[in-house]
Amino acid sequence: MPEARVIPLRPDDDEPRVPPPSSASWEEQVAGGLEFLRRRLTGDYDTDEFGFDADLTDHVLLPLLRPLFSRWFRVETHGVENVPDTGGGLVVANHSGTVPLDAMMATVALHDDHPAQRRLRLLGADLVFDLPVIGSLSRKLGSTLACNEDAERLLTGGELVGVFPEGFKGIGKPFRERYTLQRFGRGGFVSAALRTGAPIIPCAIVGAEETYPMIGNAKTLARLLGLPYFPVTPTFPALGPLGLVPLPSKWLIAFGEPIETASYGPAAAEDPMLVFNLTDQVRETIQQSLYELLLQRRSVFS
Amino acid sequence: MPPAVVLVTGVSRWLGGALAAELARDRAVERVIGVDTVPPSPEVLRRLGRTEFVRADIRNPLIGKVIATASVDTVVHMNISSTPAGSGGRGPMKELNVIGTMQLLAACQRAASVRRFVLKSSSAVYGASSRDPAVFTEAMQARRVPSGGFARDSLDIEGYVRSFARRRPDVGVAALRFTNFIGPRIDSVLTHFLRMPLVPTALGYDARVQLLHEDDALAVLTRATTGDFAGTVNVGGEGTLLLSQVIRRLGRLQVPLPSPALGSLGRVTHRFGYVDYSPEQMRFLNFGRVVDTTVLREEFGYTPRYTTEQALADYASTLTPVIPPEVVAGVTTRAQDLVARVGSAAGAVGERLWPAPPTPGLRAVRDA
Repeated sequence: MPEARVIPLRPDDDEPRVPPPSSASWEEQVAGGLEFLRRRLTGDYDTDEFGFDADLTDHVLLPLLRPLFSRWFRVETHGVENVPDTGGGLVVANHSGTVPLDAMMATVALHDDHPAQRRLRLLGADLVFDLPVIGSLSRKLGSTLACNEDAERLLTGGELVGVFPEGFKGIGKPFRERYTLQRFGRGGFVSAALRTGAPIIPCAIVGAEETYPMIGNAKTLARLLGLPYFPVTPTFPALGPLGLVPLPSKWLIAFGEPIETASYGPAAAEDPMLVFNLTDQVRETIQQSLYELLLQRRSVFS
Repeated sequence: MPPAVVLVTGVSRWLGGALAAELARDRAVERVIGVDTVPPSPEVLRRLGRTEFVRADIRNPLIGKVIATASVDTVVHMNISSTPAGSGGRGPMKELNVIGTMQLLAACQRAASVRRFVLKSSSAVYGASSRDPAVFTEAMQARRVPSGGFARDSLDIEGYVRSFARRRPDVGVAALRFTNFIGPRIDSVLTHFLRMPLVPTALGYDARVQLLHEDDALAVLTRATTGDFAGTVNVGGEGTLLLSQVIRRLGRLQVPLPSPALGSLGRVTHRFGYVDYSPEQMRFLNFGRVVDTTVLREEFGYTPRYTTEQALADYASTLTPVIPPEVVAGVTTRAQDLVARVGSAAGAVGERLWPAPPTPGLRAVRDA
């Protein structure tokens, strides 16, 4: 019979027992909130040349998105180890869901689930920055205009850049075309990566397609409002503001193995054939990964 | 080789006067000639030292005679007005900016003695729109070419200066694209705008602002005049701030108004010669503009002493804030103290009402 092991109940008996540190008490939280308010009122925080406001992002925008991330969509993140801890990288993802929630969730995923708490700097369409409130908020969240100059500047600065090459074609596609990738723009993202030697990290997002299933597109209304599409979903605009609540689909975000670009050299950006091939390779990888994730997911809502 | 005879236009404004004074202090410079349509104020005049003031209009061919008789070798063109309010309306402003520059360049082209031309330009040439890249380098151009106002004038002026450089390849031409000036002494659109206790801005927009301290502006102008840099260079401080942040740091109150309302407010304030809300100014206040200063630091060889943040802080020291930061800090500290006291009191009451369960352990056994 093996000897019973002696388990010391309280090895350091003379030390006063310290209760396990709970997450910040309410007083500390209120004090932190007051300190935040002071910083905001006196302008005592930093913003970068793209208009990124880390203080606002960390204390207001990310906390607002977190319940959506963990409770509503129950996002599962796979393959964060494929995203480098430091240095530039270009995260290329599929775009879907009428409203760019996928971009927000990818931002939260990389910040909360990546050990280095990476910030995803998104590249947005012109329209985003034309709009009041949304435009300035996007900049504060770290986005900037999708153009080669900005992408290259961010990548050279060692930032993780997020791009959705499908653009409006992807996010505004009808529900019956879900999880089929659209054309990948003109491959501008590949040339930006080649010029800066940053790795391309393909990212597949499953779940966004079902948040606002777009069953119709009110094209005339869209043209009147100057929008690329005007979504009609089973709940919107039929249920009014209630239709704005996204359906609680189950989300999976997977980061694939990085595609290295540094060995081609910056001059390779001028070789259209290489750019096309790399674009296709990234697109195929994401499509493949989307199918795999769909097989993993038991049902749309669980 | 330092310049022998320097001609500075726009010498009655603060920056022009300061540059002339700086050059006059330099013994290597033989003569400094200051030109302006209005005589400098007594205070500026005192500082000008041995600068010779010539009251002349650069829109008049007379300027050619001044350049020829004094055999000027370096011309610094600073007589460019950025607001209609400063020059008596948009008409005269455009005439001064565009026709004035053309006349001055025509005179310089004739004068064989001229071998250097320095232009005080502006980063306004890049325009301001939602489709701009975040940071402009010298090689980039405005995505949406400015259609009017100061930005259009600046573009035209640069165009004329470029053609002058083509026609007189022996002249070294430096175009300095300055960002917004700020500082305790300088007068600019932005300093006027930020001096108001209530600062109206466009609702839903927040511009990125890059500032340049007046001392750095002066140092860059002096270096451009006495040095031999030729080409175009962006001049701005390190770092950027958001407009809302600038207003908060100065302790002003931001009043966000819908853009159409801001436009009509602009027409009213403009009539009183107060603050200019021209469409172009509005676009700048909506989107802002940031320039890359690598060329300034590496090729031109000057690193601004003040960052955007420090320049703003220096300007703030001359302003009495509407909401002093100390008051805000005092209130929040007191509130924090209060919360801490309430928290500890609540904790004590909680302890009394629901005492913590006795710590399990072997103490009794051990004591026995």
